[in-house]
Amino acid sequence: MTVQSTSVPTAAKSSSFGRLDSKNLILIPPGIMLLVFFLCPFLIMGAVSFYYRVPDGFYEPDFVLSNYAAFFDPVFLTALVRSLTLCAVISVVCVSLAMPFTYLVSRMRRVVQIPIVILLLCILTLSEVILGFSWTILLSRTAGVSNILVWLGVLDRPVSLYPSSFAIMIAMLHFCFPFAVLTIYPPISRFDRSLPEAAATMGAGPVRAFFTVVVPALRGTIISALVLVFVFALGAYLFPQMLGRPADWTLSVLITDQAIYKSNIPFAAAMSVFLCLICFSLILGVGKLSKKSEG
Amino acid sequence: MSARLGRLYVCFVALFLAMPFIVVAGVSFNEKKRLYFPPRGFSLDWYRDVVSTPEWLDPILTSLTVAAIATVIAIAIALPICFMMWRHGILFAKALFGLGLVPFMLPPVTSALGFLIFWSEIGGYGSFWATTISHSVFLVTIPLMMISLGLETVDEDLLDAAASLGATETEIFKTVIFPLILPFVFGASAFCFVLSMNEYIIAFMVAGFTVETLPIKVVNSLRYGYSPAMAAVSVFSVLAAAGLFLLVARFGDLLKMVGALDKTD
Repeated sequence: MTVQSTSVPTAAKSSSFGRLDSKNLILIPPGIMLLVFFLCPFLIMGAVSFYYRVPDGFYEPDFVLSNYAAFFDPVFLTALVRSLTLCAVISVVCVSLAMPFTYLVSRMRRVVQIPIVILLLCILTLSEVILGFSWTILLSRTAGVSNILVWLGVLDRPVSLYPSSFAIMIAMLHFCFPFAVLTIYPPISRFDRSLPEAAATMGAGPVRAFFTVVVPALRGTIISALVLVFVFALGAYLFPQMLGRPADWTLSVLITDQAIYKSNIPFAAAMSVFLCLICFSLILGVGKLSKKSEG
Repeated sequence: MSARLGRLYVCFVALFLAMPFIVVAGVSFNEKKRLYFPPRGFSLDWYRDVVSTPEWLDPILTSLTVAAIATVIAIAIALPICFMMWRHGILFAKALFGLGLVPFMLPPVTSALGFLIFWSEIGGYGSFWATTISHSVFLVTIPLMMISLGLETVDEDLLDAAASLGATETEIFKTVIFPLILPFVFGASAFCFVLSMNEYIIAFMVAGFTVETLPIKVVNSLRYGYSPAMAAVSVFSVLAAAGLFLLVARFGDLLKMVGALDKTD
């Protein structure tokens, strides 16, 4: 829903170079805010990733590569591989479930669509704190779903379903699903309805029309949704801590842990720069891809 | 047959999405300080606790203040950028717009670490303004996207008409453009506000030990064991978010704001 429409509105009236007009002065405060409080932090973080870490916990200006060399540590490498696999699985499952869901919802009446969109927005904006807390209750022994399984006769007595990687997966699926829906919602709602209708008059059932007409036509959308959900999932930092064991920690958790509890800011900065580069190249790559397929 | 199957699928997914909220709401009504679902006994004591003890009220007030100020700043940053880009095509505005989209392309942890280092370098670490300003620039993506979406719906003939009637640039903005994009500004504010209210990682990394926002309070108290009061707080948060989004839907076109095209319905 967010990063996709980077296209610049085109109602530009005058030349595209800003003359030093008095009206342009209103851009100065926002410019200062973004450059000082957003660009600067990232530049400083980049610099700190090369700083020398003083053993007692702080750092001093220097140019060392040891923070990046620490990537070859098995703890980091396993966390990296684990994060990438986990997020890839989440992304594929989310987008596969979200495609038919969004398609069906976008064809419903507004009165039905609006509550569903509100539910999705609530999940997206609630952050991992409340959701993680909810999942620890939902998967707990005393209040959780295992009680339903007991009632159904599947289990003998209620069990706690967390900490486990299953718990992380289900919570992340729940958290990323609304994001997946909202990324594919605009293109699906613009999708030409006459195509599946034509398929229907040719005798294809709705399910068949969906898979043979809708899905192929939205290939570009699906690919960019996969990437965006993947990047979004990489950002999860609380679920692995609340619902998993240290062995389940992902890169985002590792960064927080190094920065706050191990007070190794330079190493955290190096990991953070690395994570930014992964996400940037993925998003820019998919942006190029979709531009190519449009043009 | 398959239409019914589709509806069943949508219902099933919606149930899955709503499930955590149902259980949390249920748990908050427990009579004793235990989390049972379905609740044992019925009591509203936990809600009373939340709104009457400073233990919960203080973080709630802190979060409300941070969110309100951060929202105002975010809108104040985004509005001139979007307007100058749309109306005058200023290159610098386009560059700022692009920069403002970056926070949402990156995992929040990376921004949070950037803010942490920045604020400890310039000496604002642990302050109220560190949290508030970090939130405002982090969330600026939302108003940038939504306001420019709103500006695109403005009919340019209206602007020409106003100009030919002698309206100055400022008058056109005040009387024509701003009223038209107001629902989008309101929508963006609602999103920013709710996101800031619930934001954890940045608030934790820049001032986690001094400025206790509601999410930080929830995470901290999880360490000391669960109580239905936390479930009550969660219910409040969910209701506040849902209520604000309902208001947005009431006064504007929520579906259009999340990117849908006009529907004939």
